[in-house]
Amino acid sequence: MLKKLATDTIDWIDQRIPMTRVWNMHLAQYPTPKNFNFWYFFGSLAILVLVNQILTGIWLTMNYVPSSEGAFASVEYIMRDVEYGWLLRYLHSTGASAFFVVVYLHMFRGMIYGSYQKPRELLWLFGMFILLVLMAEAFMGYLLPWGQMSFWGAQVIISIFGAIPIIGDDLTLWIRGDYVISGATLNRFFALHVIALPLVLVILVFLHIIALHEVGSNNPDGVEIKRKKGSVKEEDKTKFKIHEYYSDKKDIVDAIPFHPYYTVKDIVGVVGFLFFFCAIVFFAPAMNGFFLEGPNFEAANPLKTPEHIFPVWYFTPFYAILRAIPDKLLGVIAMGGAIFALALLPWIDRGKVKSIRYRCGFHKLNIAQFVVTFIILGWIGATPQTDFKTILSQITTVTYFMFFVFLFVYSKNEVTKPLPERLTK
Amino acid sequence: MKKLIVGLFVLLPTFAMAAGPSVPLMKAGNDLTDNASLQRGAKLFMNYCLGCHQMQYQRYERTFRDIGIPTPVGEEQLIFDGSKVGSHIKNAIDPDDAAKWFGAPPPDLTLISRVKSPDYIYTYLKSFYKDDSRPFGVNNVVFPSVGMPHVLQELQGVSTAITEEVEEHGHTVTKIVGTVSDGSGEMSDDEYDQAARDLTNFFEYVGEPSRLESKALGIKVLGFLFILFILAFLLKKEYWRDVH
Repeated sequence: MLKKLATDTIDWIDQRIPMTRVWNMHLAQYPTPKNFNFWYFFGSLAILVLVNQILTGIWLTMNYVPSSEGAFASVEYIMRDVEYGWLLRYLHSTGASAFFVVVYLHMFRGMIYGSYQKPRELLWLFGMFILLVLMAEAFMGYLLPWGQMSFWGAQVIISIFGAIPIIGDDLTLWIRGDYVISGATLNRFFALHVIALPLVLVILVFLHIIALHEVGSNNPDGVEIKRKKGSVKEEDKTKFKIHEYYSDKKDIVDAIPFHPYYTVKDIVGVVGFLFFFCAIVFFAPAMNGFFLEGPNFEAANPLKTPEHIFPVWYFTPFYAILRAIPDKLLGVIAMGGAIFALALLPWIDRGKVKSIRYRCGFHKLNIAQFVVTFIILGWIGATPQTDFKTILSQITTVTYFMFFVFLFVYSKNEVTKPLPERLTK
Repeated sequence: MKKLIVGLFVLLPTFAMAAGPSVPLMKAGNDLTDNASLQRGAKLFMNYCLGCHQMQYQRYERTFRDIGIPTPVGEEQLIFDGSKVGSHIKNAIDPDDAAKWFGAPPPDLTLISRVKSPDYIYTYLKSFYKDDSRPFGVNNVVFPSVGMPHVLQELQGVSTAITEEVEEHGHTVTKIVGTVSDGSGEMSDDEYDQAARDLTNFFEYVGEPSRLESKALGIKVLGFLFILFILAFLLKKEYWRDVH
């Protein structure tokens, strides 16, 4: 009786929208390589953090006052007078940093396993757009508490646009809506932060996933699970039920359906992530000045410049590149170039082998130096400048870009290890 | 690869960005769970600080509740200007006048422990010294040319700087390495240290009134997540038997 009611309801819905078909195509019968490791948690974690930001953001908006007179006080009102307001605020502020942690690790996964290579170039580009929008979202969100670092950090970053020849000054004026950062700037940043950018972000995430499901996931071996139709013996094909959309066009090996296998696995990742996330939220939400900077607990004061102005940690590698170059315009170009170079990775890397496991030793060294470079740049951008650090930042700016130059050169005729016929493990 | 990630997280705190004053800070050693200390700190604040400094984001009632003062007692003994118990901790000082008197309006102190640090406040309170070149006759080691008089002088007594000649970049300079009281105050050195600690404790509490609640809830949340992690892991293992 109940069962019949349930199937009837599902049939009724399926005749009107493709509920079951979408469920099967994208979850229950979606082919996923069986050898995903630790690095493959960060995609689903990024979605988790996005949902966290949207939900906590909605509730924060209920008590936040977007005006230069009321903003700072309303944040303290949330921290003191709103039931669990402190928790909402810390979930949101820690979530911002967590978003960058998981996104940077997610991108690093793409780099080591060559997930940007053909046919996943567009997937990578959507990801790069997500990063750009996320940076704008985080930057505008940081102005909203209207603390000293909000104000002066925004002042510095917006003035960067002033380096652009001819239109620079007008452009900064247009962005601020005033000659200095003011209530007008705060209001428009609030609008962009809570409506425009999240909307764009969600659309881009949707496109990112659609693009992923069309080409399928890469994996730690960088060996495709979709083979030419008719090239695989019947007993070698995956024994799991795969949706015809995929199996009609290709023979599929070493694949398992996303649901339930990766849903239950991602739950492990989610809970593990939440453990670390909550440890920060409940015990050290300021993260020693990294997630919430000390000067930002002082209300914005246009007449008083803080001793040092730093962006939050996730911008510091790029900020260090900007500061490394004495000429402002060239610095801005280098900073933009640092992100643009990442977007061009699918074309810079001319290798045929995707995964770091089967690539040459020089590639491993190159990736290692890139990681070290990125961390050093992040540290320099977050600390006061000294002569030594200026030189170091110039060296690491060069090594940052040399990563791409080296990759372009050696990937053409790279000596690689033989690829396995099937996925290992 | 996992080692790399763990390594990155371990490195994070070493990037600490606190520029901080050049003077080494003393350890405050305060304890947020010590209600007696918080109550003494509140009393000191209301008596000595509130005349000039506000805590404009914090309410009396919430403060009394959190540090264990019954509301009627607090109303009678700690609210001096007839404010309602639900109001913010404010004074009637005119910022323009204050700026004229002290060179700058006295800052709001609700969040001072988060802008600086408890150790900074503790050190600051203990670092006033006699300096006749200043308008109020005192200066401060961690905040040179401070605009504020030493309002706790009646408690600490008149303190003077202890200086030392040190070699720096080939020059001999006179550095202040500490202060010493002449004993004319109402408190002994130990009593004054405790008073500074109590006041610091109160500032740390007001900076983040939810701190203790957050810790208590956090332990429960982490405990729950730990158990959930084991269950999630076992569930995953059970499902993945089909794959392996």
